[in-house]
Amino acid sequence: MKNYSTINEKIQKLRAGEISLKSNVEEFLLKISQNQKLNAFNFVFEEEALKNAEIVQEKIKNGNFGKAAGVVVAIKDVLSLKDHPLTCSSNILKNFEAIYTATAVQKLIDEDAIIIGKTNCDEFAMGSSNENSAFGNVLNPVDNQRVPGGSSGGSAVAVAAELCDVSLGTDTGGSIRQPAAFCGIYGLKPTYGRVSRFGLTAFASSFDSIGPFTNNVEDAASILEIISGYDKNDSTSSKTAVPAYSEVLKLKPGSLKIGIAEEYFGQGLSPEIKEQIFLIIEKLKLAGFEIKEIHLPHSEYTIAAYYILTTAEASSNLARYDGARYGYRSKTFSSLSEMYTNSRTEGFGKEVKRRIMLGTYVLSSGYYDAYYRKAQKVRRLIKNDFDEVFKTVDLILTPTSPTTAFKLGEKSDNPLEMYLSDIYTTSANLAGIPGINIPIAKDSAGLPIGMQLMANLFEEEKLLQLSYFIQNELIRKS
Amino acid sequence: MAVTKKDVEYIAELARLKFSEDEFEMFTRQFNQILEYMDKLNELDTSNVEPLSHPTGGSNVFREDIVEKSVPREAALKNAPKRNEEFFKVHKVI
Repeated sequence: MKNYSTINEKIQKLRAGEISLKSNVEEFLLKISQNQKLNAFNFVFEEEALKNAEIVQEKIKNGNFGKAAGVVVAIKDVLSLKDHPLTCSSNILKNFEAIYTATAVQKLIDEDAIIIGKTNCDEFAMGSSNENSAFGNVLNPVDNQRVPGGSSGGSAVAVAAELCDVSLGTDTGGSIRQPAAFCGIYGLKPTYGRVSRFGLTAFASSFDSIGPFTNNVEDAASILEIISGYDKNDSTSSKTAVPAYSEVLKLKPGSLKIGIAEEYFGQGLSPEIKEQIFLIIEKLKLAGFEIKEIHLPHSEYTIAAYYILTTAEASSNLARYDGARYGYRSKTFSSLSEMYTNSRTEGFGKEVKRRIMLGTYVLSSGYYDAYYRKAQKVRRLIKNDFDEVFKTVDLILTPTSPTTAFKLGEKSDNPLEMYLSDIYTTSANLAGIPGINIPIAKDSAGLPIGMQLMANLFEEEKLLQLSYFIQNELIRKS
Repeated sequence: MAVTKKDVEYIAELARLKFSEDEFEMFTRQFNQILEYMDKLNELDTSNVEPLSHPTGGSNVFREDIVEKSVPREAALKNAPKRNEEFFKVHKVI
């Protein structure tokens, strides 16, 4: 259907009149309706997208247009778009409408992108399979019996099934990279603070990052370039200069040093994934890259530290949902405190309640030091591991997930097992560093295999450069 | 550090959540399983380690103490489950 492969090519063809933006949006809308069973979208803004297509087409005609002119974008339903629903896939925000627009979304709109709809996700971004949504499960387009990954499952599927050009997701412990791996696309989690969190509904504030899902590295670079930067509305956003990522993708083979940590290739990793990743490593060696064995000795503690800290932050962040000022209010109560309790009990889903409970427990008097403070100390040790390693290598290469997409329902009764599926991704959020998923191959069942690259703080350039080399020289040519 | 059903009931009270008997039992079981896994952290001696609360530093950010425009009242009240012209309405408190 699409006669362009990157968004920059699309913009060129729009300028040359080879693509009609309105028909392009119509085609996406048609495809969305044909793929409703995938359940990727919570809301589709049909009329508005078509109207904006005409406006942007006109702007292009007049030669006065932004860097994302005509790029059709889907956004995860935890990101605000003024006067549009913002549900976080939760019943507690069922009728909520955003009163302002998230900075990352606004930056895309300012560059003339077209927002086509809001995508399904795990409730409040808590989950690894998109099975915790008040809007129902999202299906993996490669195999409908399997999960798309989570929590940004809908955003991953929207790109993988070509229901939009690119999408935005959020990543607190792997929620961009893991669904990208399960669906066979690129998913980039930027450095903490690279992209403003203003207008992103908080899950775990010291972990949450916004990033793009794309079909290729060029698009990831273009979108990151637009959404990054300091924002006075998010005091944790960084003033570090934003490079022109899309213009620095080419690198000299061999110019980057790549670290391989045995801790990421141990027990639990699917042999097929391991084999495919080692094939890539061999090819990188042949191309002249230096591969170095490294150690991240605290890797086995990441999941425990991650779940203590994120549930603690979540229990605090989600205390605001009390039925008083916005969101769902229970019909039955006889006191104010009962109104809070009943609204929360009826409004939140099972996994969200489990995490609020765990978080409340680790923060409660008597356990704070044993769990919460202990986990913060371990977070320091994990961060120190990365600091040490990045003195000797530019990038770390690992699997994204220990398995390919699992079956719907396979892990829903065992929360711990579900939590362990994030084993290779949570470390980047603990340390605040960027990571990307690269779809490198398929397993014998035809399911996508993902490989992860991680870089030091604010070194997205290196991530994108090596990804671009792998995409062009090792994947497309094989 | 075994968690009892009574602990879970107390935590639910703190979190302002209600559960059925079955749910309390399920949570007690799952909590013990999850916390047993988290006890893994005690293998590490962290007595000389400073806690890290924020990955990229995390110091206070101040701005000049100048009044700026905030959310208009009508927008703030837009999503209220119950309201009048100016206020959110809730159950009688006193």
